[in-house]
Amino acid sequence: MTTQEITKVQELIYTTRVEQVMASNVVVLQASMSVADAKALMQTKRISGAPVLDGSRLAGIVTMTDVIRAMEMGKLDAPVSELMTTSVRTAFKDASVVEVVNSLGREGFARLPVVDREGNLVGILTTGTLIRSLLHEMDISFQKKETEKIQTYRASHIFQDILSDDTSLVLRYIVDDKDFANAGKASSMIKRSLQRLQIPAPIVRRVSVAVYEAEMNLVIHTDVGGEIMVDIRRDRLAVSAVDHGPGIENLEQVLQPGYSTAPEWIRDMGFGAGMGLANIKRCSDMMKLLSEPGGGTRLDILFLFGDNVPGVGGKGEKKS
Amino acid sequence: MTLSELIDVLSGKVLVENIGGDEEIPRGGAADLMSDVLAFGTEGMVLMTGLTNPQVVRTAEMAGINVIVFVRDKTPPQETLEMAGDAGMTLISTGYTMYEACGRLYAAGLPGRGPVKIENDSW
Repeated sequence: MTTQEITKVQELIYTTRVEQVMASNVVVLQASMSVADAKALMQTKRISGAPVLDGSRLAGIVTMTDVIRAMEMGKLDAPVSELMTTSVRTAFKDASVVEVVNSLGREGFARLPVVDREGNLVGILTTGTLIRSLLHEMDISFQKKETEKIQTYRASHIFQDILSDDTSLVLRYIVDDKDFANAGKASSMIKRSLQRLQIPAPIVRRVSVAVYEAEMNLVIHTDVGGEIMVDIRRDRLAVSAVDHGPGIENLEQVLQPGYSTAPEWIRDMGFGAGMGLANIKRCSDMMKLLSEPGGGTRLDILFLFGDNVPGVGGKGEKKS
Repeated sequence: MTLSELIDVLSGKVLVENIGGDEEIPRGGAADLMSDVLAFGTEGMVLMTGLTNPQVVRTAEMAGINVIVFVRDKTPPQETLEMAGDAGMTLISTGYTMYEACGRLYAAGLPGRGPVKIENDSW
């Protein structure tokens, strides 16, 4: 088992609650029923022990060992209450699994009836239910990682089978205006896609910051929203943020760091400090802003991967 | 400094857990201005902030930050917590003010990124 997997198990044990790993369809015995009936019930249900209820109260627990003992003593007709173990170790349903691992493991309890804070029986926990649930969780987390790996593989090889002199991949995203809650969604998707395309991390970072600033500008300053396009090639990446909003009065002014027309509520949220375009310029290899009042705005940003940096797929042959 | 040491120094409470406690945190930074986070944030650093809106998580995600500390015991809204869960980020809250949270971490040996100039192009 690798270190990472151990951490995953530990993490699961700490973050999972008892109710997530217990069986909730509990087979219960009544204190008044005979040991013979209890034996028959446990055999049909194929279990080796069960909690005993007296009315609705948890009164004890009976295991096959108790049944064998009763058979040896010839007491199969006696009520279950005579043979059951009355001091029952229970687990709270909202306790973390780490708290019960000790009872099951080191102290050797085979099953723990699970109760809520009012003392009602709500389920049962055995090493079997615990291991099944943990394996299931690990399987899900493993599958997620595998899926991401496959997605990365597929995406990063997208260019290899295409025959052309130059291929580019264009991603388009719609950005709604004044939708502050969803602002950044496009940037987040772009970042994830670039990672899957295996574009080098420093470039992904520069693109992410620039695209996010551009997306925030569309959200904050346009009244109609806009569109972000990312054009990816082997050696370069171009981003365009286009809107048909009010346009910009004075292009020189908006490029001054610190100049801002953002409303107060946007500033309260930590944005609109007038650093966006300066920041985009600093992250990119080229930035071009086109706009006129009433005519919308177009922002073009270019990133060059450089000579030493492999392009998409890492194996793209360069033309000499 | 490891993440669990950092939580210790801040007497912090973990709100969303996604990063292991033995993860090494290279440096720290603090800002209430998200543009500053984008401009001066560095990969892997811990971000101290007094803002709790979901865009803080988005901003951090874009800047390659995956641990955020909310100062003055601020409780972020549910959307922020959910977004952090999706983005694989750890969120912590501390009772200290921004000044004192930073001071304690710096004194405990967590460096910042050194002097910065907005003019230079180095990333």
